[in-house]
Amino acid sequence: MFREEHGRAVAVLARAFGDIDLAEDAVQDAFAAASERWPSSGLPPSPAGWIITTARNRAIDRLRRESSRGDRHAQAAILHFQEPPSEEGPVQDDRLRLIFTCCHPALGITARVALTLRLLGGLSTPEIARAFLVSETTMAQRLVRAKSKIRDAGIPYRVPFEADLPERVRAVLSVIYLIFNEGYAASSGERLAREDLCIEAIRLGRLLARLMPDEPEAKGLLALMLLIHARHPARTTPDGELALLANQDRRSWDRRLIAEGQALVRECLRRDQPGPYQIQAAINAVHSDAPTFEATDWAQILQLYDQLLAAAPGPIVSLHRAVAVAEVHGPSAALPLVDELKLERYYLFHAIRGDLLSRLRRQAEADRAYRSALALTQNKTERALLTRRIEELRTPR
Amino acid sequence: MKQYLLSVYHAEGADYAPPADEIQQIMSGVEAFNTELRSTGTWVFAGGLHPSSTATVLRLEGDEVLTTDGPFLEGKEHIGGFWVIKAADLDAALDWGRKATRAARVPVEVRPLQEEAQD
Repeated sequence: MFREEHGRAVAVLARAFGDIDLAEDAVQDAFAAASERWPSSGLPPSPAGWIITTARNRAIDRLRRESSRGDRHAQAAILHFQEPPSEEGPVQDDRLRLIFTCCHPALGITARVALTLRLLGGLSTPEIARAFLVSETTMAQRLVRAKSKIRDAGIPYRVPFEADLPERVRAVLSVIYLIFNEGYAASSGERLAREDLCIEAIRLGRLLARLMPDEPEAKGLLALMLLIHARHPARTTPDGELALLANQDRRSWDRRLIAEGQALVRECLRRDQPGPYQIQAAINAVHSDAPTFEATDWAQILQLYDQLLAAAPGPIVSLHRAVAVAEVHGPSAALPLVDELKLERYYLFHAIRGDLLSRLRRQAEADRAYRSALALTQNKTERALLTRRIEELRTPR
Repeated sequence: MKQYLLSVYHAEGADYAPPADEIQQIMSGVEAFNTELRSTGTWVFAGGLHPSSTATVLRLEGDEVLTTDGPFLEGKEHIGGFWVIKAADLDAALDWGRKATRAARVPVEVRPLQEEAQD
């Protein structure tokens, strides 16, 4: 309830007062008041309405205090916002506006992520700082600077013009996916604070898909995240090691999330306006269809990767496509495709090379590749897996 | 209305000068951009600058003002000209900035002024 209502309340107040900072402070006041009052007095009939009304009154109080110092904007805003906000229609637009403001391309990507989690997600500054492994002070400064830029540069609080929409939607989708990946891949350190980011990204993805029902890539992104997250319970073995797709216990995949993700993929297929997120979701839908790794329809996956490469060319896509090539045409066909990629700084490049070389029984080269991978990741579970692979090379199969 | 500074950055020196016909295209593009700024009431002020080697820097050191050869920042790229425009918000200013960079064919920095427009 808290996170859902936080974004809604900030969005409504930001529109009414034209000031995101004021909106955020007032909503924080309202939640503080709620946590004081509700435990003894019980929940009000409409908690969401209570939060918004309380926050509005707090904001007006703040403005009155400031307007005594002669601020005509404050007076105007007070006059402007006498009516209590209505429940749905315009509120949805408010949240969409807030998403577009938080993900404005004029803001740096780290600022976009932090703002989205803080304002829309309602995560606290310490929570965001922990998730991104920076100090609270650093994160607080990042948020203050981003909000100052919104105010001083005049980043508008509205859904973008039609002509800018495709670029702006891409910016929003990439922020949400970045939050998801940060939670999923956890480039270093502990995992616990991180899984929360996946759940938050999915929540934001659901919100966006609901707010932009005609945007197939929003559905595609949601489907992609659901299908990946469905495998989460199987990603670690009982002794805490990382299990890749090939070795996962598929019985522990979350069937409910898979069904939801696959239904979205089918919806996208019917609409037939493919884009990178939808294609990646389709690839994951094929994986989640297979009862075992061996039974995977690799030919279909390879075909989808060909499509993805055409829609969004890049070395990472080529790397993943090469994995599909190895399954369809064998490791000797895939290795040259991997070797020509300029991804020496990416641990997965070396890990995949190591796997291919090991399957080709080129043990010494595989060993070197795994060691290069090991040098490039700080993630404990990934390191454990790579170390085990290196040991396995010494034991003849 | 808010006001924004649109500044044009480019590398200086003969090595970086575009060929004559391209210069001609840039000049007519910028001219058309200026006309559009004026006809839409967006124009506040604009100017092209002489090369950064013509700049002089003044600096207060204690009670004395030191005069040195400029520019203030050494580097390959310098501000070569600027516009001050009126715009409702950053998105509107960025739209003008996009037109400016297409016309001038070099990067444009958009930065808000602290002061709002008078009218």
